[in-house]
Amino acid sequence: MSAPTDLTATQQIAAVRAGEMTSAELVDAHLARCEDDRWNSYLALNADAARARAREIDAMADKPPLAGVPIAVKDALVTRDLVTTSGSRMLEGFRPLYTATCVARLEEAGAIVVGKTNMDEFAMGSSTENSAYGPTLNPWDTGRVPGGSSGGSASAVAARQAPWSLGSDTGGSIRQPAALCGIVGMKPTYGAVSRYGLIAFASSLDQVGPFARTVADAALLLSYIEGRDPMDSTCVGLREPVCVPTATDLSGVRIGVVEELMGEGTDDGVRAAVREALDRAEHLGATLVPVELPNSRHGLSTYYILAPAECSANLARFDGIRYGHSSADTDNLTEHYERTRAEGFGAEVKRRIMLGTFALASGYYDAYYGQAQRVRTRIAEDFDRAFESVDLIASPTSPSVAFPLASRTDDPMHMYLSDTCTIPISLAGLPSVSIPCGLDAGMPVGLQLSGPAFSENRLFDAAHALEAAIGFDTAPPALEAAA
Amino acid sequence: MSARAYEAVIGIEIHAQLLTNTKMFCGCALSFGDEPNVHTCPVCLAHPGALPVTNAEAVRLAIIAGHALGCEIPERSTFHRKNYFYPDLPKAYQISQFDEPICGPGRFRYLTEGGEKELGITRAHLEEDAAKLIHVGGDGRRAGAEQSIVDFNRGGTPLLEIVTEPELSDAADAAAFLRQLRLTLVQLGITDGNMEQGSMRADANISIRPAGSTGLGTKTELKNMNSFTFIERGIQAEIARQTAILEAGGTITQETLHYDPVTGEIHSLRSKEEAHDYRYFPEPDLVSVAPDRAWVEELRASLPESPVDRRRRWVADSGLSFEDAEVLAETRELGDYFERVAAVAPAKSAANWVRGELRAQLRERGQEPWESNVTPAALGEIIAMAEAREVSMPNAKAVLAELIANGGDPRAIVEAKGLGAISDEGELEALVDRLIADNPAQVQQLRDGKDKVIGFFVGQAMKATQGRADPGRVGELLRERVRE
Amino acid sequence: MPRVIDADVVRHVARLSRLALTDDEVETMRAELSGILDHVDQIQSLDLAGVAPTTHVIHLENVLRTDEPRPSLSPEEALREAPRVAAGGFSVGRMG
Ligand SMILES: [Mg+2]
Ligand SMILES: [Zn+2]
Repeated sequence: MSAPTDLTATQQIAAVRAGEMTSAELVDAHLARCEDDRWNSYLALNADAARARAREIDAMADKPPLAGVPIAVKDALVTRDLVTTSGSRMLEGFRPLYTATCVARLEEAGAIVVGKTNMDEFAMGSSTENSAYGPTLNPWDTGRVPGGSSGGSASAVAARQAPWSLGSDTGGSIRQPAALCGIVGMKPTYGAVSRYGLIAFASSLDQVGPFARTVADAALLLSYIEGRDPMDSTCVGLREPVCVPTATDLSGVRIGVVEELMGEGTDDGVRAAVREALDRAEHLGATLVPVELPNSRHGLSTYYILAPAECSANLARFDGIRYGHSSADTDNLTEHYERTRAEGFGAEVKRRIMLGTFALASGYYDAYYGQAQRVRTRIAEDFDRAFESVDLIASPTSPSVAFPLASRTDDPMHMYLSDTCTIPISLAGLPSVSIPCGLDAGMPVGLQLSGPAFSENRLFDAAHALEAAIGFDTAPPALEAAA
Repeated sequence: MSARAYEAVIGIEIHAQLLTNTKMFCGCALSFGDEPNVHTCPVCLAHPGALPVTNAEAVRLAIIAGHALGCEIPERSTFHRKNYFYPDLPKAYQISQFDEPICGPGRFRYLTEGGEKELGITRAHLEEDAAKLIHVGGDGRRAGAEQSIVDFNRGGTPLLEIVTEPELSDAADAAAFLRQLRLTLVQLGITDGNMEQGSMRADANISIRPAGSTGLGTKTELKNMNSFTFIERGIQAEIARQTAILEAGGTITQETLHYDPVTGEIHSLRSKEEAHDYRYFPEPDLVSVAPDRAWVEELRASLPESPVDRRRRWVADSGLSFEDAEVLAETRELGDYFERVAAVAPAKSAANWVRGELRAQLRERGQEPWESNVTPAALGEIIAMAEAREVSMPNAKAVLAELIANGGDPRAIVEAKGLGAISDEGELEALVDRLIADNPAQVQQLRDGKDKVIGFFVGQAMKATQGRADPGRVGELLRERVRE
Repeated sequence: MPRVIDADVVRHVARLSRLALTDDEVETMRAELSGILDHVDQIQSLDLAGVAPTTHVIHLENVLRTDEPRPSLSPEEALREAPRVAAGGFSVGRMG
């Protein structure tokens, strides 16, 4: 029998239910891997509470649905009494007063939070190098980034430190690290999952979603976190329950291929792997249809106005008065604010706050924020039009595989370009999944499948059929070598 | 230059706390005067990840207020973030409304002694209140305090901000408008209108311009005055200040000012920061409010008569004085009580009795008329009897006292206590003759023209009859007899 | 409509954002913001007159909460994470 940490979440649940394994064994096995955290996936472990909860669940005759299986949670989600920093010095040592709705739902269903995962500070970044607590390393190659901002959640699952995890995606922060770490990552339709307890980056874009090593696990995880929440006015839940996918073919499925995202700017190896996956889709019965999303080329610009603008307000609450870092011995209020925030925030966060404040400032609002909101309308209309003739849209998740550490940190614009494939979908609020579809120079390549709003089940089915056909081995060779 | 060389242009902004059970965007209870920070939660403390959810009752109250202000209720209303840093604002943005307020333009009619007037309402919008800052040590003011402390109990209280057109030119009119606006909102249960506790606050935007011209001068903002009297005096003082500056050839600076009611002086408040740039943008955490049209109409249709309309009707139809009507309209209950008294007694007397004797007698018990043993019908009966001279005024008051103490039927009380007026003229004449015989010195004074002494005889007569004598008739008889 | 971001604009925006920046940081920020805005400015030239702005991607209205009190935090909890506490409140220190 394989090591408990090699099992998928679905297999772990089954094993506990069948009495073949205990929750305590699972928690211990994963915690052992977390404690040996060569990748810096975690910012905080929840070891004692997790072990205690495992014993509780093991003592239950009637096991809760998730049977005491471990989960890792991005540090952007608040967890009562468990230190939550959002990767920022600003929140060093901060113990939240409540637990995010999606985490509370998982805990209620019997999942056990083993720890909080590393991330780009306040979810701003594409490499997890912006964490105030050091970068996360890619389990496939520790000289490379895991992607971001949910890099810790992706690496934890890739490195078998948890069978699944939660991340958050604003412009690609689940899909891109999933692609770079060779696992499955899914961003639900905006409004499917409660944002209550998700430390806000850009409220109109942020969504919590699952990371897993299989599409079925990702779907199962989403089924527990989606749903209306009276604490989040923008959360409506999905329109139909998530079905764990079983599809094995794609007959009758029309897949739109975004040629703009397959051309210039995309690495040859990535393009090749994605093409190969699309060939497999055709073999499985899908029809490939070229689609145009003419406004998507403005996605990056639009995103880098809207997201910073929202973040400039969302991060204004970090003022050193009610919680978090507070600058010592300042003479007056303005100085206290300015020094607290200068000390607490890292460079990328400051950059985005500045950019967003600028975009909203009087005299600039119409030209920047207002204009970006109108482009956003156009981008969403492009997708509406495309989905009149196709069921799904396929593209690479990221134009390149995981890049070396520190290779893009000096050039913000270069870093931002990592998200060109994911951002337009975020702006349109659509569901999107990244599955591993091959390797380029030994590093995983992600295939991004996106659908119309609330088409999660269709998306999971297609992803599941392709996953089986591709047969990607999610175990990083480097991991085996190191073990 | 003549005194009328300048005219003032005044606009008012009112912030009224709404009478909801909970805060605008979270479930914390509203209260006043509790220990600090006992009504907080992650939402109103702006903890990371917390999100606002709009209070339905605040929306309902705002729409009712809009109807009472004569405002349109637009199809759609949205929230915006108003960004600025201040310790009483935990998110560093206030959730407010910007280009799509809950209540659109309207006109509010109010009464003055000079007649009925109307003031344009620009808009009324929903927003959340700031928390309370307490300055500790030093002189207790912001600038000199050793430290300032935030109490978030009030933070997030629902506010309706009402903005008027700059159409007022007179401080007294501004105060009259505000009094009647407050009364209207209070009587509809929208706010408790308590200005001392700050649940209703008013700011005035004031500029002056050469009389007869149409341009607008530089305006100043007079902040947070907490009584109508101070508002009136403050506006007057600011108009005088601006006039003096212009007459001396100076220019007005746009600034925020404070009126000190003790010294009568106006001070510049150090502005919160340099130039404001609130960077309003649509609140992504909230969706728009699109009130059901049928419901909006239902709320309009169920509005009770406003205190202003009541007053207008009382003056026009019932002949009440401006002042009577003003006093009686002060609370809905008092107005209702008066109307029920006036249904059985003449309106003018009903107004006098309710305003005067009834409230005076109830004062020491700390009771309001409608809470007392005196039913409007009973008071009406007393008034009717007094008017018909079936009881003397002093005995009518005595009946009222008995009613207040023990309740009952006025006629039965009069009967049981023998308080009915002496209707037998012969009996009164005999009494007067006896008083003249018994008090020769006072009679002499009366003969000498000291009319005041009649009071003495009336007193004696009342004493002798336990108040059943008609004092007026006693005086008349006395004069007749002495003159003879 | 490309904008020239000079040091004064950076300082103004930093003040609005309540971020203390050293002179070196002002210069770095100026260069970086200019670079980003050079890219972002591409949308300025789009003619989008008549296009409605998108604030929410999902079309929702009237999500309201009934006016029923929910339990509040104890003051101890509310103040638990505060850097400075005095007299039952959150201390701001000296304001002026
Ligand atoms: Mg306001
Ligand atoms: Zn609250």
